[in-house]
Amino acid sequence: MSISITLTLNGAARDIALDDTRVTLLDLLRERLALPGTKKGCDRGQCGACTVLVNGRRLNSCLTLAVTLDGAEITTIEGLAEGDELHPVQSAFIENDGFQCGYCTPGQIMSAVGLIAEGHAGEDLERIREGMSGNLCRCAAYHGITLAVREATRRMAEDKKGQAA
Amino acid sequence: MNRFDFIQPITIEDAIAAWRPGAAWLGGGTNLVDLMKTGALQPELVIDITHLPGLGTIETLPDGSTRIGALANNSDLAHDPGISRRFPMLAEAILSGASGQLRNAATVGGNLMQRTRCAYFQDPNAACNRRVPGLGCDAREGENANLAILGWSASCIATNPSDFCVSLAALDAVVEVQGPAGRREIAFTDFHHLPGDTPERENALKPGELILALRLPAEAAQFATNSRYLKLRDRTSFAFAIASAAAALRLESGRIAEARLALGAVAAKPWRVTEAETLLTGHIPDPALFERAADAALAGAAPSGGNAWKIDLARRTAARALVMAAAGTPARMPALPASPFGELTGEPTHA
Repeated sequence: MSISITLTLNGAARDIALDDTRVTLLDLLRERLALPGTKKGCDRGQCGACTVLVNGRRLNSCLTLAVTLDGAEITTIEGLAEGDELHPVQSAFIENDGFQCGYCTPGQIMSAVGLIAEGHAGEDLERIREGMSGNLCRCAAYHGITLAVREATRRMAEDKKGQAA
Repeated sequence: MNRFDFIQPITIEDAIAAWRPGAAWLGGGTNLVDLMKTGALQPELVIDITHLPGLGTIETLPDGSTRIGALANNSDLAHDPGISRRFPMLAEAILSGASGQLRNAATVGGNLMQRTRCAYFQDPNAACNRRVPGLGCDAREGENANLAILGWSASCIATNPSDFCVSLAALDAVVEVQGPAGRREIAFTDFHHLPGDTPERENALKPGELILALRLPAEAAQFATNSRYLKLRDRTSFAFAIASAAAALRLESGRIAEARLALGAVAAKPWRVTEAETLLTGHIPDPALFERAADAALAGAAPSGGNAWKIDLARRTAARALVMAAAGTPARMPALPASPFGELTGEPTHA
């Protein structure tokens, strides 16, 4: 049985023929669409390494069946930068030492982008930690991650204000 | 994961007509897909209900009750201004569960249907009467430190993992369902079953019935100023409860006119304790009174394994949740929802 779905993947329309209903969005990205930036950690929704944006909201791609996503807009870590210009969250992770080995980093960054868009944490460090609790970091770079999310939140709010002015 | 057929109906009637034994409803998938990966669940047909119309709506009905569609996701529900204002305990319970990513996917209906986190249920190689009737229960002699202390039986000692459902039990919610025989309503406290000799019958749904919505009666909003959810867990965030309590008080002239108390993580269903509520009614809020109510709430508790410690923890959790409810609902959701690591008013302490 082959099922066709259409995705907008990092801004580009993609027609995909799925030969198996079991394929998760994570495996679709990594194994079939040559986008290995999204990482497989636990594969059970417990670590957050596979976080991507689906229709603008952060989700665990390991628990999302690809076959359910016809018409969805997906953003992965590969689609965040504008050419050579990094997304503010990416820059803030570099500037604040928000990682060590880097394996959880794409998920951390995508989760942070989602969290900032949700708008409930603001620049409160405790609310940022709580909002990022779905992303584990085995290197325990949490301090830098928290500071990076706060700085990106601040910078994105300023950019928004600048655009409005 | 086993192979399965997949359909995506666009009407409720088509969805119900498509159901057959061995089928599973797919909402957010956060629990179902996980259990399909472990092999604990092996549906032959997955019916994606996320395209059914009208099931994501949160609305106030003419009689003042609030209706929450089964496909409303946890994030939208917890941040809905009407919900967080009228039923802050619901919002706090939801936000104390899972992670931001999971709450974006997980639905209201799925929350009611989520399966126990007992490790032996999730492992298809273990004996579990809940998963396969008659197979036995490896939890009885296994890792059972966090399993049931109330309402368990020789055949099953699992707990219900939901936070949301604890507050729903306290607020007298109603579940609207539709199946091959039409629509009906189920009182929330009758929805989940205790195991008895049939732990595989987890809830009151008949074969092929689908949850359409939850309804909260208008009176449930009368607790808005004095209601809290408190959740003890092994880590500060993103962990299932080891004991939790939903406590709500309606105060009149300094006395408790009406009380609600339900416990979580102690039984196979959210554990509403009306005895404790009766004991509180008519009295002036006071820590000693709350201790007595908590004693009454745990009066029937018994360890199902190496978990006698949970009885005292649940008792203290219930008493403290009542103290927090009496202190008043915080104006803003605490930074760490439902956490014991906060002042009674909900201000963060360890930023």
